[in-house]
Amino acid sequence: MTHAADPRLSARARLRRALSNGRVTAVLILLPPALILFTLFVMLPLGESAWFSFFNWNGYGAPEDFVGLDNYERILGHSVFHTAAGNTLKIVAISLVVQMPLALFLALLIYRKTPTNALFRLVFFLPYILAEVAAGLIWSFVFDGNYGVTASIAQGLGFENVFILSDPDWAFAAIMTVIVWKYFGFHMMIYIAALQSVPEDQIEAARIEGARRTQVVRYVQIPHIRPAIAVSAFFAIIGALQVFDVIIPLTNGGPSNQTHTIVTYLYTFGLTRLNIGFGSAVGVILFVGAVTVAIFYQRIFMKRTEA
Amino acid sequence: MTRGHLARNLLRLAFLCIVASFVLAPMLATVLGGFKTNAEIRTNALGLPAIWNTQFYGSILSDPAFWRYLGNSLVISIGSVVLTLITGAAAAYVFAQIRFFGSRMLFSYVLLGLMFPFATAILPLFIKVRDMGLLDTWWAVILPQTAFSLSLAILLFRTFFAQLPRELFEAAYIDGCGYVRFFWRFTLPLSAPILATVGTFVFVQSWNNFLLPLVVLNSREVFTWPLGMMQFRGEYVTQWNLTLAFVTLTILPAIVFFLAAQKYIVAGLTGGAVKG
Repeated sequence: MTHAADPRLSARARLRRALSNGRVTAVLILLPPALILFTLFVMLPLGESAWFSFFNWNGYGAPEDFVGLDNYERILGHSVFHTAAGNTLKIVAISLVVQMPLALFLALLIYRKTPTNALFRLVFFLPYILAEVAAGLIWSFVFDGNYGVTASIAQGLGFENVFILSDPDWAFAAIMTVIVWKYFGFHMMIYIAALQSVPEDQIEAARIEGARRTQVVRYVQIPHIRPAIAVSAFFAIIGALQVFDVIIPLTNGGPSNQTHTIVTYLYTFGLTRLNIGFGSAVGVILFVGAVTVAIFYQRIFMKRTEA
Repeated sequence: MTRGHLARNLLRLAFLCIVASFVLAPMLATVLGGFKTNAEIRTNALGLPAIWNTQFYGSILSDPAFWRYLGNSLVISIGSVVLTLITGAAAAYVFAQIRFFGSRMLFSYVLLGLMFPFATAILPLFIKVRDMGLLDTWWAVILPQTAFSLSLAILLFRTFFAQLPRELFEAAYIDGCGYVRFFWRFTLPLSAPILATVGTFVFVQSWNNFLLPLVVLNSREVFTWPLGMMQFRGEYVTQWNLTLAFVTLTILPAIVFFLAAQKYIVAGLTGGAVKG
């Protein structure tokens, strides 16, 4: 870096040089737009979330009715919030237990570059590129008790019409099906990219030493793609915290508030009722959750890569 | 040996086909549903339509609101992409090429944005947009969306810019080219692949965004297509065939776009995944 600070020059000479080659101008012109946008629409609202969360405020005028931690107490004591947080955990669980193993299994089946594999890869990835709202709407048709695909199947089997999405016991299971459908292809793609970078000679060497296919997977391929698995787990968890779009067309949080997630809870009880303080407190709780996950991830991930 | 091999391969294919049908069946039912009458959907949700009715698709395509929704989405997405690329690349260039006091700190500050989801700040964002008088305008979506894309964009750009050959800058500098000009004349043109990757990523995110438009857009004049679609669904609750035709027509461009930009979408996702 020849243009970096040269210790032989005096401070004034350095400043003059920096001014003459446009370094200062460059910093002053190129940096501020991004910084201002980021501060104004990301960091400031985040700080305001924390601030508003101490008020009982409908969003008009200035927040004046300071209520301390009341909003947090109300949220943590609200049974719907418990359901919403529980549902979020269920999504995490289904991601880790069903979605990621399925994605890994599929990735192992089709990571090699052949035309058929490319076709399957494309098909499996398709749901991921659809808008979540569209996916939700498609599946709300599938699950529709009068018209849908499940209705046709139920009729074919001689059952009565089933209304899965309005059944409190089954509605959330249906939502989790949609989530697995929508996102397993994304996780699969992460694994495929990682599997393709496993050195072929190591797999070959294991084969020559008589390792079976399952042993190659277990002792060569999976250890190699561990970072990718960590990344996909991180995305699954962060994603679970944010589920919103899919729920709205499917159940809108119902029946009887059984299928809320944290974000639909925030939207329903914070925004649509203009409880800005209350909703902001939910936002802060969500933030704490996301940061905790990020820190945990970094700790675990860093350790793994060092080892 | 070969027989076992064949059997395993068949098993593998069978399993892949089962998963593929799980993936495709709902989409297929949606596309076909747009051709059926409601009575037919009731009895035959999955199969081919007895008569291919095209009037449901036709009525959506001739609805000016449908095109307006798509137009709004397009403007907002392009606006977000352009703004993210310009401001993000400019900032990343400074972080990559110029060492100055506080640069590392500012960079870490920007990276904080990678950590938390949109929803955490959605209410103050709504208040801010409202107080700025931007509700029901394209900017209400473009500005926050850009701001939330910047962290990842700057991270990816900086990594890329730092790998550009230094000799290039030195040669240009000797020829009297300053930093800002160098950025426009050399860095940006050389960075087409990363610009395309980030641009595609931002575009897809914006195109599919639901929560932010839902909060800041109330007038149907400025609705993006996801809002329009939900509105439409609400109006034609009992007419699934119309809704399904609407959904099909909106996901079709997404699929075509994906097939065309596949390389960049996958790169953007896995790149974002690995580095984010």
